[in-house]
Amino acid sequence: MKIHEYQAKGLFTDYGIPVPRGGVARTPAEARKIATQLGGKVVVKSQIHAGGRGLAGGIKITSSPEEVEKFAEGLLGRRLVTHQTSPEGAPVDAVLVEEAAEAKQELYLSVLLDTSKGMPLMMASEAGGMEIEEIAEKAPEKIHRAYIDPVVGLQPFQARSLVYAMNLGPEYVRPAQQVMTGLYKLFMEKDFSLAEINPLTITTDGRLLALDAKINIDDSGLFRHKDITEMRDISQEEPLETQAADADVTYIKLDGSVGCLVNGAGLAMATMDVVKSAGAEPANFLDIGGGASEERVTTAFSILASDPNVKVAFVNLFGGITKCDDVARGIINAAKKLELKIPIVVRMRGTNFEEGLRLLSESGLNILPEPDLTAAAAKAAERA
Amino acid sequence: MILVDENTRVVVQGITGGQGSYHARASLEYGTKVVAGATPGKGGTLFDDKIPVFNRVEDAVKETGANASLIFVPAAFAADAILESADAGIPIIVCITEGLPALDELVVNRHLAEKGACLIGPNCPGITSPPGRCRLGIMPGYIHKPGNVGVVSRSGTLTYEAVNQLTELGIGQSTVVGIGGDPLPGSTFVDILKLFQADPDTNAVILIGEIGGTNEQAAAEYIKSKMTKPVVGFIAGATAPPGRRMGHAGAIVTGSASRADEKKKALAAAGVAVVESPAEIGITMQRALKAKGLI
Repeated sequence: MKIHEYQAKGLFTDYGIPVPRGGVARTPAEARKIATQLGGKVVVKSQIHAGGRGLAGGIKITSSPEEVEKFAEGLLGRRLVTHQTSPEGAPVDAVLVEEAAEAKQELYLSVLLDTSKGMPLMMASEAGGMEIEEIAEKAPEKIHRAYIDPVVGLQPFQARSLVYAMNLGPEYVRPAQQVMTGLYKLFMEKDFSLAEINPLTITTDGRLLALDAKINIDDSGLFRHKDITEMRDISQEEPLETQAADADVTYIKLDGSVGCLVNGAGLAMATMDVVKSAGAEPANFLDIGGGASEERVTTAFSILASDPNVKVAFVNLFGGITKCDDVARGIINAAKKLELKIPIVVRMRGTNFEEGLRLLSESGLNILPEPDLTAAAAKAAERA
Repeated sequence: MILVDENTRVVVQGITGGQGSYHARASLEYGTKVVAGATPGKGGTLFDDKIPVFNRVEDAVKETGANASLIFVPAAFAADAILESADAGIPIIVCITEGLPALDELVVNRHLAEKGACLIGPNCPGITSPPGRCRLGIMPGYIHKPGNVGVVSRSGTLTYEAVNQLTELGIGQSTVVGIGGDPLPGSTFVDILKLFQADPDTNAVILIGEIGGTNEQAAAEYIKSKMTKPVVGFIAGATAPPGRRMGHAGAIVTGSASRADEKKKALAAAGVAVVESPAEIGITMQRALKAKGLI
């Protein structure tokens, strides 16, 4: 799950991380009101679940409440297309109106889980403002790391050490330590997989301010964070992916024309790879999980087929606990119920696969059963 | 055989639930010594009129000599179940449950390292030992055949594909281990490869990896420096869209190493026979065994 910048900044405030003064507006009039209260230069930021807002014209520094209102009017209720959104863009239902802080220096700060070491890692850099990938490429010596033992937490000496490594003056030790401690605590207490501040600005009047906030949440931890779950904004999600998730099906939309339907994540990925080597492009990743019930198969087909790019469905199943003949019946019923027009190539192995393939070939539907994976992928690619 | 054998005595945590009861029965059918169940509040009852259920894993260990646990409890309680098993002195713990928060896994792994217990999973199909007639997990037992190839994998159904191909070619397995798809697994490829390398019953190994993390690179390093047995490898996810599950900053830690092509390259450089399609796993192993005169 993702959350909006204004929500992340609200959490920052709760954990003692200073953010610019401001507020969130859902109408141009509200935006104007907040700008009037703030006074002076303000920045208006469209709230969507994607990066690249600045380049796409979704962020503006303005000098009057009138200008704020006008800019907000142009954004609210529209869709913003950035390099990270789909071509249709993401809906802008809110804008964040904040004081425009004058920056003396921009820093980078993040906490994430380093899975190879099995430890939380804090990364800091004096070269903030640009993406961490870019820093890693251009000035890797400016990325400083502190591994944190989850039993004892982030120690003051580690925070100090990062501040000194960034060559900041001694006056910044205390405020930076407060930001770092808060960010680590937030990361651990709310089950985040990434908490990133970029830039963490040193203002001309010597304050530290989190100008932006990027949060990734470990969905597995959501059950114990009702407050975070309530921040979910379904309008920002790909509707098909939401529909799939509600049915316990994992679906990720891609750009190709072979709609894949597979049981198991590893096999689903491998199926996409096989489609590609057969000369076609997968339209999606789709894992129906264990149990492949008729209901789930039907949901999966309806999701897969609602992508207009899909020209052929490619079902790849290994029946372990799941019986292939049961799944075959489910496929036949789903195809009838949904009146699927596209051809369906079905490759199945494992429990009762011969019976499953026989049922499919006798169904009288546009279904092509094939026990061999490579041959099945070729059949699907021919029809893509 | 590694990790489990005919002397493995299993306590199933969550034996009274739907999944737990189904797989307890399937394991018994396979020949596994399922000796106890543990469900808080159901202590003193019998599962299927024959297997005693205890409130605490500790009691199951004392009363039945259980020395391995199989966990089916919901994600919110799974970390607790793992720690309870470890505390009761159980050396082999398999957690089938999917959806444990990563931070729970972090803490569990730290604690288990101190206890010296071995955790397989979470989010995994478990362990099957065909020669030991032991099924500590959820794999379809009938596809296996006793033999001398070890299998270690991050994926469930891909493991079954590989095992099925081997069995159809008449090649049996010594032990099949699914380490699971979570970012912080209890046991890594290297942990399992070490056991296979030391196991006199294992002649060769199949390794099935996927995108994400650097577990495969660590495996490649181990294989290159320590492993004398032939290894066949497959990596899933060459066409997976980048950045869907991993934050940008996460990718920095490992660089491009989490990509499929980088993992394949590392394994190939370590002498692993890397196949491009999962359909080639079985025949490639057959070739490798023939080349070594092992079949």
